[in-house]
Amino acid sequence: MRNALRGIWMTMLVMSSASCALAEESLQGAIQIKGSDTMVNLIQAWAEAFMAKHPRVFVAVTGGGSGTGIAALISGTCDIAASSRKITQKELAAASAMGAVPQEFTVALDGLAVVVHPTNPIKQLTLQQLAELFTGAITNWRDIGGEDRMVVLLSREVNSGSHVYFKEHVLGASQEFAPEALLLPSSQAIADEVAGNPAAIGYYGMGYANAGNAVLAVAKTVSDAAIAPSEDAVRTGTYPISRPLFLYVREASRGAVNAFLDFVQSPEGQVVVRQIDFVPLTPRS
Amino acid sequence: MPWHRCRERLIESAIRLCGVSSIAIVALIFLFLIKEGLGLLMTMPLAEFLGGQRWHPISEPPRFGILPLILGSLAVTAGATILSVPLGIASALFIAEIATGWTKEALKTGIELLAAIPSVVLGFIGMTILVPIVKTTFGLPTGLTAMTGSIMLAFMAMPTIVSITEDALVAVPKSHREAALALGATRWQMMFRILLPAAGSGIVAAVMLGIGRVIGETMAVMMVTGNAAVIPKTVLQPVRTMTATIAAEMGETVRGSDHYAALFAIGIVLFAISFAINMVADLILHRERS
Repeated sequence: MRNALRGIWMTMLVMSSASCALAEESLQGAIQIKGSDTMVNLIQAWAEAFMAKHPRVFVAVTGGGSGTGIAALISGTCDIAASSRKITQKELAAASAMGAVPQEFTVALDGLAVVVHPTNPIKQLTLQQLAELFTGAITNWRDIGGEDRMVVLLSREVNSGSHVYFKEHVLGASQEFAPEALLLPSSQAIADEVAGNPAAIGYYGMGYANAGNAVLAVAKTVSDAAIAPSEDAVRTGTYPISRPLFLYVREASRGAVNAFLDFVQSPEGQVVVRQIDFVPLTPRS
Repeated sequence: MPWHRCRERLIESAIRLCGVSSIAIVALIFLFLIKEGLGLLMTMPLAEFLGGQRWHPISEPPRFGILPLILGSLAVTAGATILSVPLGIASALFIAEIATGWTKEALKTGIELLAAIPSVVLGFIGMTILVPIVKTTFGLPTGLTAMTGSIMLAFMAMPTIVSITEDALVAVPKSHREAALALGATRWQMMFRILLPAAGSGIVAAVMLGIGRVIGETMAVMMVTGNAAVIPKTVLQPVRTMTATIAAEMGETVRGSDHYAALFAIGIVLFAISFAINMVADLILHRERS
């Protein structure tokens, strides 16, 4: 009897110390994530799900634009930079000058949706027409079969990854946005202005699409079919303005940051991607 | 040395330190701006920077022409001045000469409260209320224009203009008023022909300080002017101001890059402009005193 009791005590002791060890091993700390405005809602959702699993880790998310995030990563004021464009050679050089070796992780896919007011009769455009609109070669909707109205171009500020991506992949690297283009400080500002302005055209990550904005179908060339941005079209790359979304860390990462990166790439993290209306890396099984 | 003398010295030197340090800080800020911004002039001539018509900071090669930004700032500021000066002087006249009792007190406090509204709140109000109104009233393609910015900034310049003008009007000796009225002038003639000229230098200083406040304002203009770097032909066009450019782009630049230097160089231009404005205001105020 006595021995049996002692046995129970021992087991309980061992178990409790084991659970103590588990608690000590579990993650703690703070993760600072900064960058892409396009990704800010997605990362916030990831952060919430991650913090629910690891209550002792605090994840802070700020926007500001892809360039802002990468600049912060280089200067060491954040742990993870979110970027909707690839890091540039210039930035890599700046990073190595500061002693950092940025590591890249592809975490989701996105289509840049081109949007107009719902009453705009234009339903599709070619890449060529988009380039002509945004460089200012076409200034009236009439010229591409719309109503007789001056086009109001809406773009993002130059610190936005969407701005850079759109410039490189739609306008062409050597082309410039028309100086008349309004540079708005956020994707939401573009959504709001498009919803209230029948002459406006803008672009943002497809996650921002809403009932007040009409999303255009885009064709690669005149002879191709125009494709609307959808999950499959983005993953297969048939939607012409599709792009990967990245997270960057300063160097081979430590505990909590590493766990966060694993989490966002896991099936659980990719479910969140679909919930926020971006495109997961792997198709629905 | 006796204790009270010692204490006196201590307090005196502490106060002197405070006074000198504010000047030292201004000097250091100026030196810092010069140090960070001058690098740009190594890579491009000044005339191309100030007179260039294209602002493409992230292109290859980048273009750093700030003429559209300078003109954008000037257009917004000029509009705000035209709106706020007559209104401000009229309000000050009313408060100083006509209003009495609680009307006077309520107006004074109200206008001073206007100065306490954070500019981002004014910008938000402008974006949601004023922008659609401007768009429909003038039948424009977009309501994000220089004039929208001017109207918002006029609200910000008003408190400065009204309170300093009112001080200047109150400082005009009573004998001036009495003499004018005794010679048969009406109240309006007295105010317009005697009071305003007598308070002239104070009013000019008020206007200058109001302009100084407007040209440095950032948040509200960034939210309502559309930020398109074009040379404005009318005030009903979107513009990009110098302050909004610095605020929008500074976060992205890598320290020491050309873009970084260019933003600091814009800072130098802004500093020079507001320094000149303050200088003029100061000279005018001093002329009045001597």
